[in-house]
Amino acid sequence: MNLTLILFIALAAVAIASAAGLLISRNTVYAALFLVLNFATVAVFYLILGAPFIALAQVTIYAGAIMVLFLFVIMLLGADRLPRSQALPWQRPMAIVITAVLLLEAGFLLFQRLQITAGLTNPGPSVNTTQALQTLGLALFNQYLLPFEVTSVLLLVAMVGVIVLTKKEKGEPG
Amino acid sequence: MPNTIPLSWYLGISAVLFAMGALGVLIRRNPLIIFMSVELMLNAANLAFVAFASSFGVLTGQIFVFFVMTVSAAEVAVGLALIIIIFRNKHSIDVDLMNSLKG
Repeated sequence: MNLTLILFIALAAVAIASAAGLLISRNTVYAALFLVLNFATVAVFYLILGAPFIALAQVTIYAGAIMVLFLFVIMLLGADRLPRSQALPWQRPMAIVITAVLLLEAGFLLFQRLQITAGLTNPGPSVNTTQALQTLGLALFNQYLLPFEVTSVLLLVAMVGVIVLTKKEKGEPG
Repeated sequence: MPNTIPLSWYLGISAVLFAMGALGVLIRRNPLIIFMSVELMLNAANLAFVAFASSFGVLTGQIFVFFVMTVSAAEVAVGLALIIIIFRNKHSIDVDLMNSLKG
Protein backbone atom coordinates (compact mmCIF):
# COMPACT_ATOMS: atom_id res chain seq x y z
CA MET A 1 0.00 0.00 0.00
CA ASN A 2 1.76 3.10 -1.19
CA LEU A 3 1.36 6.70 -0.16
CA THR A 4 -0.89 7.75 -3.05
CA LEU A 5 -3.36 5.00 -2.26
CA ILE A 6 -3.62 6.00 1.40
CA LEU A 7 -4.05 9.64 0.37
CA PHE A 8 -6.73 8.69 -2.13
CA ILE A 9 -8.74 6.67 0.37
CA ALA A 10 -8.53 9.39 3.03
CA LEU A 11 -9.58 12.06 0.53
CA ALA A 12 -12.44 9.95 -0.75
CA ALA A 13 -13.71 9.43 2.80
CA VAL A 14 -13.54 13.17 3.51
CA ALA A 15 -15.25 14.03 0.20
CA ILE A 16 -18.15 11.63 0.78
CA ALA A 17 -18.52 12.59 4.45
CA SER A 18 -18.63 16.29 3.62
CA ALA A 19 -21.20 15.67 0.88
CA ALA A 20 -23.29 13.75 3.43
CA GLY A 21 -22.87 16.67 5.84
CA LEU A 22 -24.19 19.00 3.15
CA LEU A 23 -27.25 16.78 2.77
CA ILE A 24 -28.15 16.40 6.44
CA SER A 25 -27.13 19.67 8.11
CA ARG A 26 -30.10 21.82 9.06
CA ASN A 27 -28.13 25.04 9.27
CA THR A 28 -27.47 26.49 5.82
CA VAL A 29 -24.15 28.04 6.85
CA TYR A 30 -22.85 24.65 8.00
CA ALA A 31 -23.98 23.16 4.69
CA ALA A 32 -22.01 25.82 2.81
CA LEU A 33 -18.90 25.14 4.88
CA PHE A 34 -19.24 21.37 4.25
CA LEU A 35 -19.38 22.16 0.54
CA VAL A 36 -16.18 24.24 0.83
CA LEU A 37 -14.48 21.22 2.43
CA ASN A 38 -15.73 19.02 -0.39
CA PHE A 39 -14.38 21.43 -3.04
CA ALA A 40 -11.01 21.51 -1.28
CA THR A 41 -10.73 17.70 -1.29
CA VAL A 42 -11.67 17.59 -4.97
CA ALA A 43 -8.94 20.20 -5.60
CA VAL A 44 -6.42 17.81 -4.01
CA PHE A 45 -7.76 15.05 -6.30
CA TYR A 46 -6.97 17.33 -9.24
CA LEU A 47 -3.44 17.80 -7.92
CA ILE A 48 -2.96 14.02 -7.69
CA LEU A 49 -4.28 13.71 -11.25
CA GLY A 50 -1.64 16.14 -12.48
CA ALA A 51 -3.88 19.14 -13.15
CA PRO A 52 -2.41 21.94 -11.00
CA PHE A 53 -4.10 24.76 -12.92
CA ILE A 54 -7.55 23.23 -12.50
CA ALA A 55 -6.85 22.55 -8.82
CA LEU A 56 -5.99 26.18 -8.13
CA ALA A 57 -8.89 27.42 -10.26
CA GLN A 58 -11.12 25.14 -8.20
CA VAL A 59 -9.90 26.70 -4.96
CA THR A 60 -10.17 30.29 -6.17
CA ILE A 61 -13.38 30.09 -8.22
CA TYR A 62 -15.42 27.50 -6.32
CA ALA A 63 -14.19 27.55 -2.75
CA GLY A 64 -13.39 31.24 -2.96
CA ALA A 65 -15.74 33.23 -5.16
CA ILE A 66 -18.83 31.04 -5.47
CA MET A 67 -19.04 29.95 -1.84
CA VAL A 68 -18.44 33.49 -0.58
CA LEU A 69 -21.36 34.55 -2.78
CA PHE A 70 -23.46 31.76 -1.24
CA LEU A 71 -22.55 32.76 2.32
CA PHE A 72 -23.25 36.39 1.51
CA VAL A 73 -26.75 35.56 0.24
CA ILE A 74 -27.43 33.28 3.23
CA MET A 75 -26.56 36.09 5.62
CA LEU A 76 -28.39 38.69 3.55
CA LEU A 77 -31.60 36.68 3.64
CA GLY A 78 -31.15 35.46 7.20
CA ALA A 79 -31.78 32.00 5.83
CA ASP A 80 -29.39 30.12 8.09
CA ARG A 81 -32.24 28.60 10.08
CA LEU A 82 -35.38 28.14 8.08
CA PRO A 83 -38.47 26.73 9.77
CA ARG A 84 -38.98 23.11 8.78
CA SER A 85 -41.72 22.84 6.21
CA GLN A 86 -44.06 19.88 5.96
CA ALA A 87 -42.42 17.29 3.75
CA LEU A 88 -44.43 14.94 1.61
CA PRO A 89 -44.47 11.58 3.41
CA TRP A 90 -43.22 9.55 0.46
CA GLN A 91 -40.70 12.12 -0.75
CA ARG A 92 -37.63 11.00 1.18
CA PRO A 93 -37.86 7.19 0.67
CA MET A 94 -38.69 7.67 -2.99
CA ALA A 95 -35.76 10.05 -3.48
CA ILE A 96 -33.41 7.55 -1.83
CA VAL A 97 -34.69 4.71 -4.03
CA ILE A 98 -34.33 6.81 -7.20
CA THR A 99 -30.79 7.82 -6.24
CA ALA A 100 -29.84 4.22 -5.48
CA VAL A 101 -31.11 3.19 -8.92
CA LEU A 102 -29.08 6.01 -10.51
CA LEU A 103 -25.96 4.92 -8.67
CA LEU A 104 -26.44 1.27 -9.64
CA GLU A 105 -26.95 2.24 -13.27
CA ALA A 106 -23.81 4.35 -13.26
CA GLY A 107 -21.82 1.55 -11.66
CA PHE A 108 -23.18 -1.00 -14.12
CA LEU A 109 -22.36 1.18 -17.12
CA LEU A 110 -18.91 2.07 -15.87
CA PHE A 111 -17.74 -1.31 -14.72
CA GLN A 112 -19.72 -3.86 -16.71
CA ARG A 113 -20.72 -2.50 -20.09
CA LEU A 114 -17.91 -0.14 -20.96
CA GLN A 115 -14.58 -1.83 -20.88
CA ILE A 116 -12.75 1.47 -21.31
CA THR A 117 -12.00 1.69 -17.65
CA ALA A 118 -10.47 -1.75 -17.45
CA GLY A 119 -6.76 -1.30 -18.00
CA LEU A 120 -6.38 2.41 -17.63
CA THR A 121 -4.42 3.84 -14.78
CA ASN A 122 -3.57 7.45 -14.62
CA PRO A 123 0.04 8.28 -15.44
CA GLY A 124 0.12 10.97 -12.80
CA PRO A 125 2.22 14.08 -12.87
CA SER A 126 5.01 12.67 -14.94
CA VAL A 127 5.72 15.90 -16.79
CA ASN A 128 6.89 18.78 -14.69
CA THR A 129 4.36 21.35 -13.56
CA THR A 130 5.71 24.32 -15.50
CA GLN A 131 5.57 22.41 -18.74
CA ALA A 132 2.00 21.27 -18.08
CA LEU A 133 0.91 24.83 -17.38
CA GLN A 134 2.63 26.04 -20.54
CA THR A 135 0.88 23.45 -22.69
CA LEU A 136 -2.50 24.26 -21.14
CA GLY A 137 -2.06 28.00 -21.67
CA LEU A 138 -0.98 27.55 -25.27
CA ALA A 139 -3.97 25.29 -26.00
CA LEU A 140 -6.36 27.70 -24.29
CA PHE A 141 -5.18 30.73 -26.25
CA ASN A 142 -4.64 29.09 -29.63
CA GLN A 143 -6.96 26.18 -30.25
CA TYR A 144 -9.69 27.26 -27.82
CA LEU A 145 -9.47 31.02 -28.22
CA LEU A 146 -13.02 31.46 -29.53
CA PRO A 147 -14.69 29.52 -26.67
CA PHE A 148 -12.56 31.52 -24.25
CA GLU A 149 -13.81 34.81 -25.64
CA VAL A 150 -17.40 33.55 -25.73
CA THR A 151 -17.02 32.71 -22.04
CA SER A 152 -16.05 36.27 -21.28
CA VAL A 153 -19.16 37.51 -23.10
CA LEU A 154 -21.22 35.02 -21.07
CA LEU A 155 -19.81 36.36 -17.82
CA LEU A 156 -20.54 39.92 -18.93
CA VAL A 157 -24.14 38.99 -19.79
CA ALA A 158 -24.55 37.28 -16.41
CA MET A 159 -23.17 40.33 -14.61
CA VAL A 160 -25.46 42.78 -16.42
CA GLY A 161 -28.40 40.40 -15.96
CA VAL A 162 -27.85 40.16 -12.20
CA ILE A 163 -27.62 43.95 -11.87
CA VAL A 164 -30.84 44.42 -13.86
CA LEU A 165 -32.65 41.63 -11.95
CA THR A 166 -31.89 42.89 -8.47
CA LYS A 167 -32.31 46.59 -9.23
CA LYS A 168 -35.22 48.08 -7.33
CA GLU A 169 -37.85 49.94 -9.31
CA LYS A 170 -38.39 53.58 -8.41
CA GLY A 171 -40.91 53.97 -5.65
CA GLU A 172 -40.86 50.27 -4.77
CA PRO A 173 -40.72 49.82 -1.00
CA GLY A 174 -37.90 48.09 0.80
CA MET B 1 6.03 8.47 -6.20
CA PRO B 2 4.47 5.78 -8.39
CA ASN B 3 0.83 6.41 -9.14
CA THR B 4 -1.19 3.22 -9.22
CA ILE B 5 -4.74 4.38 -8.66
CA PRO B 6 -6.99 3.02 -11.41
CA LEU B 7 -9.23 5.38 -13.36
CA SER B 8 -12.33 3.49 -12.29
CA TRP B 9 -11.81 4.53 -8.66
CA TYR B 10 -11.98 8.19 -9.62
CA LEU B 11 -15.07 7.51 -11.71
CA GLY B 12 -16.61 5.69 -8.75
CA ILE B 13 -16.00 8.68 -6.44
CA SER B 14 -17.40 10.94 -9.14
CA ALA B 15 -20.54 8.79 -9.48
CA VAL B 16 -21.08 8.72 -5.70
CA LEU B 17 -20.71 12.50 -5.41
CA PHE B 18 -23.09 13.01 -8.34
CA ALA B 19 -25.68 10.70 -6.78
CA MET B 20 -25.42 12.54 -3.46
CA GLY B 21 -25.95 15.84 -5.26
CA ALA B 22 -29.03 14.43 -6.98
CA LEU B 23 -30.31 13.17 -3.62
CA GLY B 24 -29.82 16.64 -2.15
CA VAL B 25 -31.86 18.20 -4.96
CA LEU B 26 -34.63 15.67 -4.35
CA ILE B 27 -34.93 15.73 -0.56
CA ARG B 28 -34.05 19.27 0.54
CA ARG B 29 -36.51 22.14 0.37
CA ASN B 30 -34.21 25.06 0.98
CA PRO B 31 -33.39 26.46 -2.49
CA LEU B 32 -29.92 27.51 -1.35
CA ILE B 33 -29.08 23.92 -0.41
CA ILE B 34 -30.63 22.67 -3.66
CA PHE B 35 -28.30 25.08 -5.44
CA MET B 36 -25.31 23.79 -3.51
CA SER B 37 -26.28 20.24 -4.48
CA VAL B 38 -26.30 21.29 -8.14
CA GLU B 39 -22.77 22.64 -7.63
CA LEU B 40 -21.82 19.28 -6.11
CA MET B 41 -23.08 17.49 -9.23
CA LEU B 42 -21.14 19.86 -11.53
CA ASN B 43 -18.08 19.20 -9.44
CA ALA B 44 -18.50 15.44 -9.74
CA ALA B 45 -18.71 15.80 -13.52
CA ASN B 46 -15.54 17.93 -13.46
CA LEU B 47 -13.74 15.24 -11.49
CA ALA B 48 -14.67 12.65 -14.12
CA PHE B 49 -13.43 15.01 -16.86
CA VAL B 50 -10.05 15.54 -15.20
CA ALA B 51 -9.69 11.82 -14.44
CA PHE B 52 -10.31 10.91 -18.09
CA ALA B 53 -8.01 13.71 -19.30
CA SER B 54 -5.22 12.50 -17.05
CA SER B 55 -5.81 8.89 -18.04
CA PHE B 56 -5.78 9.50 -21.80
CA GLY B 57 -2.99 12.05 -21.53
CA VAL B 58 -4.84 14.86 -23.32
CA LEU B 59 -5.53 18.41 -22.16
CA THR B 60 -8.99 18.84 -23.67
CA GLY B 61 -10.70 17.55 -20.53
CA GLN B 62 -8.94 20.12 -18.35
CA ILE B 63 -9.89 22.94 -20.71
CA PHE B 64 -13.50 21.79 -20.67
CA VAL B 65 -13.45 21.80 -16.88
CA PHE B 66 -12.24 25.39 -17.01
CA PHE B 67 -15.23 26.33 -19.16
CA VAL B 68 -17.63 24.44 -16.90
CA MET B 69 -16.29 26.44 -13.96
CA THR B 70 -16.91 29.79 -15.64
CA VAL B 71 -20.40 28.78 -16.76
CA SER B 72 -21.24 27.60 -13.25
CA ALA B 73 -19.99 30.91 -11.83
CA ALA B 74 -22.38 32.78 -14.16
CA GLU B 75 -25.18 30.37 -13.27
CA VAL B 76 -24.68 30.85 -9.53
CA ALA B 77 -24.74 34.64 -9.85
CA VAL B 78 -28.02 34.63 -11.79
CA GLY B 79 -29.60 31.95 -9.59
CA LEU B 80 -28.79 33.72 -6.33
CA ALA B 81 -30.18 36.96 -7.78
CA LEU B 82 -33.42 35.12 -8.56
CA ILE B 83 -33.56 33.75 -5.00
CA ILE B 84 -33.12 37.28 -3.65
CA ILE B 85 -35.98 38.56 -5.83
CA ILE B 86 -38.25 35.71 -4.69
CA PHE B 87 -37.39 36.47 -1.08
CA ARG B 88 -38.18 40.15 -1.65
CA ASN B 89 -41.60 39.33 -3.10
CA LYS B 90 -42.71 36.47 -0.83
CA HIS B 91 -40.60 37.09 2.30
CA SER B 92 -39.68 33.41 2.33
CA ILE B 93 -37.57 31.14 0.15
CA ASP B 94 -39.38 27.85 0.74
CA VAL B 95 -39.61 26.04 -2.60
CA ASP B 96 -43.20 25.05 -1.83
CA LEU B 97 -44.20 28.72 -2.10
CA MET B 98 -42.75 29.06 -5.59
CA ASN B 99 -45.93 27.93 -7.30
CA SER B 100 -47.08 31.15 -8.92
CA LEU B 101 -47.07 29.54 -12.37
CA LYS B 102 -49.23 26.62 -11.21
CA GLY B 103 -52.51 26.55 -13.15
